[in-house]
Amino acid sequence: MRFTYLLILIACLVVTLPLELFLGARVYRQPLRLLLTLIPVVGFFTVFDEWGIWRGHWAFDSRQITGLELPFDLPVEEVLFFAVIPVCALLTYEAVRRLTGWGDE
Amino acid sequence: MTYTRAILLVTAGTVVMDFVLLTGLLRRKAFWASYVVLLGFQLIVNGLLTCREIVTYAPDSILGTKLACAPVEDLLFGFALVLQTLVWWTFLGRVARRRTPR
Repeated sequence: MRFTYLLILIACLVVTLPLELFLGARVYRQPLRLLLTLIPVVGFFTVFDEWGIWRGHWAFDSRQITGLELPFDLPVEEVLFFAVIPVCALLTYEAVRRLTGWGDE
Repeated sequence: MTYTRAILLVTAGTVVMDFVLLTGLLRRKAFWASYVVLLGFQLIVNGLLTCREIVTYAPDSILGTKLACAPVEDLLFGFALVLQTLVWWTFLGRVARRRTPR
């Protein structure tokens, strides 16, 4: 199914949304900090992914992705993955900090 | 260069970043507690992607050992992705605090 990968990514965001809304992780509420964090992360891992595809280390099933691709056969879902997973990581980290009170230690 | 070697390099580089940018994530309880949670999350999400063969790996590019359908190299990949994200986030938070007039 063409939207399988995309649906998995959307599910990640939906499942972690309560961390922002109810557990006080202030990630979406710091949009500039979030954007500036995502730029180098998405940038670096996109390049790394392109390299891996180009070298033949990994490949994607065209039946389970939308087919939208960046140059050199990079599925757009991969770029989204490099934004979505970091967002989930940040939400988890900030929620953990808030719940435990573990600040800088 | 195989995926194995490349991801070892990337992970090492990310660890160096944590030191060079003075973000100290690797010595924080909050980081490790979050990482344990995220690891479970990764095994599910990455498991979905690899068990369903949305992404596949060339046998010559990996060691061959797998966990929840995914090459063990993906564990390092996840670690590097999470650490790098938190390093930048923390670094930017510090920069913002230093620039805030008191």
